[in-house]
Amino acid sequence: MPGLLRVTTAGSVNDGKSTLIGRLLQDAKAIFDDQFAAVSAASRRRGRDEADLALHVDGLREEREQGITIDVAYRYFGTPRRAFVLADTPGHVEYTRNMVTGASTADVAIILADARHGLVEQCRRHAAIAGLLRVRHVVLAVNKMDLVDFAEEAFDRIAGDFDQLARRLGIPSWTAVPISALHGDNVVARSGRTPWYSGQSLLAHLETLEIPAVDDAGTRFVVQLPVRADADGNYQGYAGRVASGTLHAGDTVTVSPGGWTTRVTAIDTFDGALEEAPTGRSVVVRLADDREIERGGLLSTGAVPAVSGSLVATACWLTDEPLRPGERYRIRHATGEVAALVDAVESRLDVSTLDSMPTDELGLNDIGTVRLRAAERLVLDRYTESRVTGGFLFVEDSSGAPVGAGLVEHPTRA
Amino acid sequence: MKSSLVDTPRYDREAGLTDLEDESIHILREVATNYERPVLLFSGGKDSLVLLRLAEKAFWPGRIPFPVMHVDTGHNFPEVLESRDRRIDELGVRLIVARVQDSIDAGRVTEVPGQPRNPLQTVTLRDAIAEHGFDAVLGGARRDEEKARAKERVFSVRDESGRWDPRNQWPELWQLYSGKPRHGYHMRVFPLSNWTELDIWSYIRRERLALPSIYFAHERVVVPRDGMLIAVTPHTPVTEEESPRVEMVRYRTVGDTTCTGAVRSTAATLDDIVGEIATTRLTERGATRADDRTSDASMEDRKREGYF
Repeated sequence: MPGLLRVTTAGSVNDGKSTLIGRLLQDAKAIFDDQFAAVSAASRRRGRDEADLALHVDGLREEREQGITIDVAYRYFGTPRRAFVLADTPGHVEYTRNMVTGASTADVAIILADARHGLVEQCRRHAAIAGLLRVRHVVLAVNKMDLVDFAEEAFDRIAGDFDQLARRLGIPSWTAVPISALHGDNVVARSGRTPWYSGQSLLAHLETLEIPAVDDAGTRFVVQLPVRADADGNYQGYAGRVASGTLHAGDTVTVSPGGWTTRVTAIDTFDGALEEAPTGRSVVVRLADDREIERGGLLSTGAVPAVSGSLVATACWLTDEPLRPGERYRIRHATGEVAALVDAVESRLDVSTLDSMPTDELGLNDIGTVRLRAAERLVLDRYTESRVTGGFLFVEDSSGAPVGAGLVEHPTRA
Repeated sequence: MKSSLVDTPRYDREAGLTDLEDESIHILREVATNYERPVLLFSGGKDSLVLLRLAEKAFWPGRIPFPVMHVDTGHNFPEVLESRDRRIDELGVRLIVARVQDSIDAGRVTEVPGQPRNPLQTVTLRDAIAEHGFDAVLGGARRDEEKARAKERVFSVRDESGRWDPRNQWPELWQLYSGKPRHGYHMRVFPLSNWTELDIWSYIRRERLALPSIYFAHERVVVPRDGMLIAVTPHTPVTEEESPRVEMVRYRTVGDTTCTGAVRSTAATLDDIVGEIATTRLTERGATRADDRTSDASMEDRKREGYF
């Protein structure tokens, strides 16, 4: 049964992203009359005859004044078939970090390309981020088809380029749709002006898309907090959320970092006990052993995660101050927050060629490979096997602010 | 190939609500373990009742490990205060009431006669956060309510004065929410960020939560004012030009009586309300809140000053 679909949108400046979102929202009746009236009035004040839906999408005064998107905005709309959370992220390279924010929780990324210009560097960067963060499905929306007379060749050329890119980036599943956001072609309804296109409209595609589960690490459950009931001192459980896989009552699980095994005796919730808890469920787990597990402890089935303080990771750098060897950060991971030293910065990804270039620092919006050494051990999976236990943040100690995103490539021996 | 609705599964709102509930519970538990002094803002209105229910579930079978706080403008609907107190008693949590009237009496804010007290709440809230040393403040705001809210993180870092700086929001990745900020900054946390008004009502129906009666259709003496129906109360007296009348109304949002309008409605049950919200063409704030009508960016401006 389709539940919520989390979608992120990305595109270069002027690719028509705000227009596309405005049209999707309006045609899905997700722009209410009072919002539309406010947008119309604001458009008139700016001397425009037609309602400029970008003024609705761009929620901050500065965005409306400058006609750009600065930060992620979240939109909610539903159709009879599905409900959507849309993370609308800025296109400008300066705001790549905000795209990373949107992509990290998305099931689907819509990447816009201008039919006249093809896959410009920003499209490649967005595809690289979607691939890197393992967004499970990408929709390439080839926009402004009206400006190339709805030519099949223009669409095929861009889709062909994207095919090569997707292969190199390891994007597991993707679809290209030729659209005109301005005129509505293939956005909500199939267009008569692309008879050569046999696929669905963008919205119909999103409504019917089956999102495959891709976390292969086995079942992972991270303890958020140990629970002891006041009234009944005998109750000892562990509250947390299933990070990947499905946890069953009766499962034999490995407890990390200790490495011992025990059995799940019950999966409890306020609303009653469950026989099984799928990915994403927040539950309280009871175990056969009464050995204490602390916050950050991890229960697993299948391959046992590594317990290590040293790792090689891909970093997406999100702040002006560069990432350099010898710098110290805190690493914030599902299983703990620990001090860490940057041992080495090995390479930087050139997003136009997708080649790794040797470097010794990563600047704002750079993506590259680094070696880290943490003061304490963490329970780690490769990011390609689990988004939750394979991802971490670099945190600046002085402010507590996250300054980079980290994806575990592999743990190393300390 | 043309697809049809017949062979496509329809959206399963129950499954969607469970997804949202799981996410909110995760957030509430993160707050409890990462912060020393959290507090949950609770007004007795529908969103805060849902938030408190989620907190009840998040820490079950234990108790909610932090107090709740009501920033009280003094212009309340009595039914809402009753609902607030009933829930507090049921859960056995500690209630802190921070009064706007105290801020006025202490000279911290100046009341403009005839103007709503909602903007004054900001100072009362900031003072209460400082007085109690709260480092995480949980609120029931949703991103679908307003376009500036749509831009805010779930964990929203605020400076010493509670101000939101939309240009310098912290990145928020995966389920790894931001931890503790340094320098006397604190965190506002919105576990209902991804809920819509329809989700809230569907959840209230599913959980059979008791709501203040003013959310359901009833007869009330109102005056039309600024395109809204304002209840006639001691705080909102009738002016000479106005002619009060009895209308069948209900409230879609509940706030300060002076700036919250009623809507014409015959929705008497939760089923009726879910049906009404599913088909409405007006947002809840557009229909009922005078405080958002001041300018195109009034919510953004208030948040920059430290509002919820």
